[in-house]
Amino acid sequence: MESKELLLSVKELAVSYRTSEEIVRAVNGVSFSVNRKETLGLVGETGAGKTTIAKAIMSILPDPPASVDGGEILFEENDLLHMPEKEIRKIRGKKISMIFQDPMTALNPVFTVGDQIAEGIRIHENVSRKESEERAKAMLEMVGIPSSRYGEYPHQFSGGMKQRVVIAIALSCNPELLIADEPTTALDVTIQAQVLEMIGNLKEQMGTAMILITHDLGIVAEVCDNVAVVYAGEIVEMGSKEDLFDRPAHPYTNGLFAALPSLAGDQKRLKPIKGLTPNPANLPEGCKFWPRCPYATEECRQENPGLREIGPGHFSRCTRKSQEGC
Amino acid sequence: MERLLEVQHLKKYFKTPGGMLHAVDDVSFHIEKGKTVGIVGESGCGKSTLGRTLIHLLESTDGKIYFHGEDITHVDKHKLRKLREHMQIIFQDPFSSLNPRMTTVETIEEPLRLTGRYGKEEIRELTRKMMETVGLDERLYHAYPHELDGGRRQRIGIARALILNPEFVVCDEPVSALDVSIQAQILNLMQDLQEERNFTYVFITHDLSVVRHISDEICVMYLGQMIEKCGAKELFENPLHPYTKALLSAIPIPDIHVKRNRIILKGEITSPVEPKPGCRFAARCPYCREECSIPQSLQDMGEGHMVACGRVKEINR
Amino acid sequence: MTKERKTAKKESMFRLTFERLMRNKMAIAGLIFLGIVVLMALAAPVIAPYSYEEQDLFNTLKGPSGEHIFGTDNLGRDIFSRILYGGRNSLIIGFVSVGISAVIGVVLGAVAGYYGGKVDMVIMRLLDVLQSVPAILLAIAIAATMGPGFKNCIIALTVSSVPGFVRMTRASCMNVQGLEYVEAARSINARESRIIFKHILPNAISPIFVHATMSVATAILTSASLSFIGLGVQPPAAEWGAMLAEGRNYIRGYSHIVIFPGLTIMLVVLSLNMLGDGLRDAMDPRLKN
Repeated sequence: MESKELLLSVKELAVSYRTSEEIVRAVNGVSFSVNRKETLGLVGETGAGKTTIAKAIMSILPDPPASVDGGEILFEENDLLHMPEKEIRKIRGKKISMIFQDPMTALNPVFTVGDQIAEGIRIHENVSRKESEERAKAMLEMVGIPSSRYGEYPHQFSGGMKQRVVIAIALSCNPELLIADEPTTALDVTIQAQVLEMIGNLKEQMGTAMILITHDLGIVAEVCDNVAVVYAGEIVEMGSKEDLFDRPAHPYTNGLFAALPSLAGDQKRLKPIKGLTPNPANLPEGCKFWPRCPYATEECRQENPGLREIGPGHFSRCTRKSQEGC
Repeated sequence: MERLLEVQHLKKYFKTPGGMLHAVDDVSFHIEKGKTVGIVGESGCGKSTLGRTLIHLLESTDGKIYFHGEDITHVDKHKLRKLREHMQIIFQDPFSSLNPRMTTVETIEEPLRLTGRYGKEEIRELTRKMMETVGLDERLYHAYPHELDGGRRQRIGIARALILNPEFVVCDEPVSALDVSIQAQILNLMQDLQEERNFTYVFITHDLSVVRHISDEICVMYLGQMIEKCGAKELFENPLHPYTKALLSAIPIPDIHVKRNRIILKGEITSPVEPKPGCRFAARCPYCREECSIPQSLQDMGEGHMVACGRVKEINR
Repeated sequence: MTKERKTAKKESMFRLTFERLMRNKMAIAGLIFLGIVVLMALAAPVIAPYSYEEQDLFNTLKGPSGEHIFGTDNLGRDIFSRILYGGRNSLIIGFVSVGISAVIGVVLGAVAGYYGGKVDMVIMRLLDVLQSVPAILLAIAIAATMGPGFKNCIIALTVSSVPGFVRMTRASCMNVQGLEYVEAARSINARESRIIFKHILPNAISPIFVHATMSVATAILTSASLSFIGLGVQPPAAEWGAMLAEGRNYIRGYSHIVIFPGLTIMLVVLSLNMLGDGLRDAMDPRLKN
């Protein structure tokens, strides 16, 4: 692989949501980094804190109730968390942009799709109306929509097409980093395949780095270079795609793989992870996974194990020495 | 094997401003007792409408439905009430399928109470047993849905559907809204219950790995029509219809060493409103020819593997 | 997750709602103020220093003083006493007309929403006819045909506020009835009446409550307008709106005549709205305890 250049690094990020009754600890000391042109997958289940991490990077956490309790987010060596709003606006949408899960609500129904793409370009690049339109048309073609549909409204597009438009908007200013939050979850499988392929091609062309948030290990296998598994607001395992899929170390990662019904297999029964994801307002002491972990010991209940490097670049938050036989 | 349910040429159309929407268009199949038939397809293919029409939550436009060999296509109110005790449905969304103002117990016991045949004690006992069966803790008796997580809510939905011991259960995407680890719990529960009580399931889903896991037989639907039907294993090993092939190839597989030939479909989905005769997949089909504009019907390709594609032999040579 | 009350006995939705309402300071403030006004209106014969019709022609248009704390009007009547007595009329007109129209409106709206089709058509077209006439004009027309007076005023207000409730309920019910638990109820053989009243209405009712509290405010104002043109409560009986109307000629020099009844209406309407908002929040079971 060519030399890696660090683009984004998140260090010990902690975010909580405060209401009058309780404090929800959504993100608890998360650290990871993304190199230029690489794709990091954030995998986890509902409520694990994936979207909160993404919103923190975009600086779009609703405050209140959300509050960043600590850590730093370094983007090209500037800390986004301690940057004046004015500076952030220059970065958000231009250097970092985000795709949301639901293409149905991400577009404004009263503007044409072309204008919505052009608007972003005009705001960030200070170009003439004419030029922004030209570039918007080029973007449409790039995501596989004929530019003749520039003047159509979102309701004239199907779900997959809308998501393409959303992606066109996100990529229109050549961002350095694209954050995609479950970009294909709302789409059908065949449409998902189209969109994923398109995202892959565009990334290649434009050299954009990406953080892909998903719950689908299949998509991770296909799209990502590195993977971080998030559980209860912590990264429990992180490494290259090969590390994760060939040598999964953490019991939770193993549990996720085991719980999937396989397409080929003739498993009679699935192997679910017992129990439920913990309530983030009331997290267990010690390792957050111990109540569901088949290997939990007394030690796990008392002390939260830190991330340990178990192979070059492969980290796991588990004290167990031997990972065989999981 | 006893045929529990059979449908012939079932149609369900909806009136829309643009004309008739053919949600289910000439679908025929049957289910044997104690088996699971999976119905797969993408959004808008009519699979949920089909499920609801089977159990008379929607009235069919045309065609026949037989239950235990008896024609139940058109039944009066009295008969329908009887039927519904034998046919139940489990819904997709554990958030909207429970009345937010009813507690766990109220929801689960409601079907029993509505029959008017059970005494207070009996209802309490049966409800308690049912909760135990589906793995709901006693302390959740009086909890409201918003206090529970998705998995538990879905357990309540399952308990409500199964408490009258129906023979036939339509499962409409019962695990689609759940996380993987919880999804496995619920799928196992449904399989255990089927083994124990010999339930017959129609399992509607867009998730192919789930349907592969749970079904004996699978029907693939596309825009209201059934385009392929065969055993679960056969479908995944030997898909014949071009759409099924594309669908299977599009599933992301959680394995980095499997390299597959992905078939990326081009073109847009045709509208199910007043569709033209002929193959509805033609607009996206890589093998589309002129002859595809005539209506296609299911033909047996051997051992009950049914495909609705005129060019199936050429394509799969 | 594990809260103790789950193991305990079932708590009724009503109590839960009440408990949550009690935690809302604005709603409590509204409730308390409203309670005081109602009590004072009820106890008017006991606490009012003067009769509502007692004229003191030597002391007309006097500003607030120890003798008349809110001053007197153009006929020398004590404004404070008239507000107390007027409260009886205004509040009864407001609450009764809204109460009746809410019941009629909710039933009609639920039926129209649930059955749809022809039933819906007929009900909605009838309402269209009613609503094509402005509410105030309708009230005037009814009051004019039936003759002025307290009872007819209530009837006029009831008729004119029914359409709002029907539309509100219908829309709200149609939202709820698309949800799967309504379908589930049908699949387990629940009768239509049970589906409407147990599964749909309780989940559709909260916006209607808010609408009702705000309608009381509107009704009080409309009854004031009716009184203003002489079709409402007849003098010398006191009524807040009528007091405003009567005082309008003196607003420049003796503004206290309109300020006090106006302030009362305003505060009552405000507290009704605060209570309405609080109720809506408290009645939503999805909100955390």
